[in-house]
Amino acid sequence: MSPRYSRQTQLKGFGAEGQQKLANSKVLVVGLGGLGLPVLQYLNAMGVGTLGLMDQDIVELHNLQRQTLYAEQDIGRQKLEVAHEKLATQNSTTIFKLYDSFLTKENAIEIISQYDLVVDATDNFPTRYLINDACVQLEKPFVYGALHGFEGHVSVFNYQNGPTYRCLYPNMPSSEEIPNCDENGVLGVIPGIIGTFQALEAVKVLTGIGEVLSGKLLLFDGLGQRSTQINFKLNPKNLMINKLQNSYDFQDCGLAPTITAEAFQSLMESKQDFLLLDVRTREEFERQHLPIAVNVPLRELEHYNIDKDETTYLICETGMRSETAARMLQEKYPNKQFVNVLGGMKKMMTLCP
Amino acid sequence: MTILLFGIAKDIVGSPTLSVPTSSITGKKIPNTVGELKTFLSNTYPELNKLSSMAVAVNHNYAEDHETINSYDEIALIPPVSGG
Repeated sequence: MSPRYSRQTQLKGFGAEGQQKLANSKVLVVGLGGLGLPVLQYLNAMGVGTLGLMDQDIVELHNLQRQTLYAEQDIGRQKLEVAHEKLATQNSTTIFKLYDSFLTKENAIEIISQYDLVVDATDNFPTRYLINDACVQLEKPFVYGALHGFEGHVSVFNYQNGPTYRCLYPNMPSSEEIPNCDENGVLGVIPGIIGTFQALEAVKVLTGIGEVLSGKLLLFDGLGQRSTQINFKLNPKNLMINKLQNSYDFQDCGLAPTITAEAFQSLMESKQDFLLLDVRTREEFERQHLPIAVNVPLRELEHYNIDKDETTYLICETGMRSETAARMLQEKYPNKQFVNVLGGMKKMMTLCP
Repeated sequence: MTILLFGIAKDIVGSPTLSVPTSSITGKKIPNTVGELKTFLSNTYPELNKLSSMAVAVNHNYAEDHETINSYDEIALIPPVSGG
């Protein structure tokens, strides 16, 4: 056996056998952000045979504070490409499969079926529920990690018919309920800790060592340097998923008219008269915004008055808050037109970084 | 009764823990079940009402709304978190 892995193969209880199991394993990591990168760096270093990488975002300046695989020179490049380049240098024996897409209900089953384990390193509820349902349907375990400010959650769901994500949270919350990292912020080191915990759980699931965090939710509080575990049980009905939902969009979404980022780019170039409201927080807006955009954070939108009659376009980071904004304004001004820019600033930046 | 708060619940209350009186001198009803506790807290912190999906643990075990709670129980409110 290659001396490369000697420090772990010499471990009693892991050994050459554990190493062989890692080498034979295929792991899909959904999301190449704060959680996904530490997961990948360790699984790749430790010798997991096949790693699937999935993301469509580009590297942005404000990612660097927590996504430590990326460097300043990578800004503006595809995360998928940069991560692959660096991981391939780290371990030339790993087989990498690259997915230049987001996980959707159209591709989830086909892609996940090719893996032994999925790591949920996403940053949004729709994808988390989609991963859960696809993994339940395919009987694949998945390692869950999620962040909020100074806090992180970890668990292993659907492991040997164990409890699932829906056993903790049966239904997806609405888009207004829970802020994400873009809105709420996250301390740079927290995803490093939580992602590393996810990597540890992934290795345990793949090699059968130790006690897998199944039926337990680990709550990590960085400020108090405290960890708590909550036990939860399987609700058998949550294993009876035999097809995906028709939609994993937020239930309250999908009503406002939309424009694609590409079409909106052309519209901006045409110099037509219209209003563009950016409903992100002031901090997000200050980091980067379109020149014509007016900042009205979603929380303040109800106090904002629109006098002009031309169409108002709404934009946010990913298109979710702006969707909410478009519907709020439509209700207040039934005779005016409000259009949501699909994919938000993230998509716009891929067009004109 | 001590309540540990996580995620957005901690932000709404503005503190990581909360103490709920277990004997009433005001004549107000004291929560006896998880469901009653949720209602009790929502009256004090209306923002909590917006959370349609929130896990509650009693003494480190996930608990449904109908389960009873006692003054010596440690309760945790754990709304889902989504950041990555």
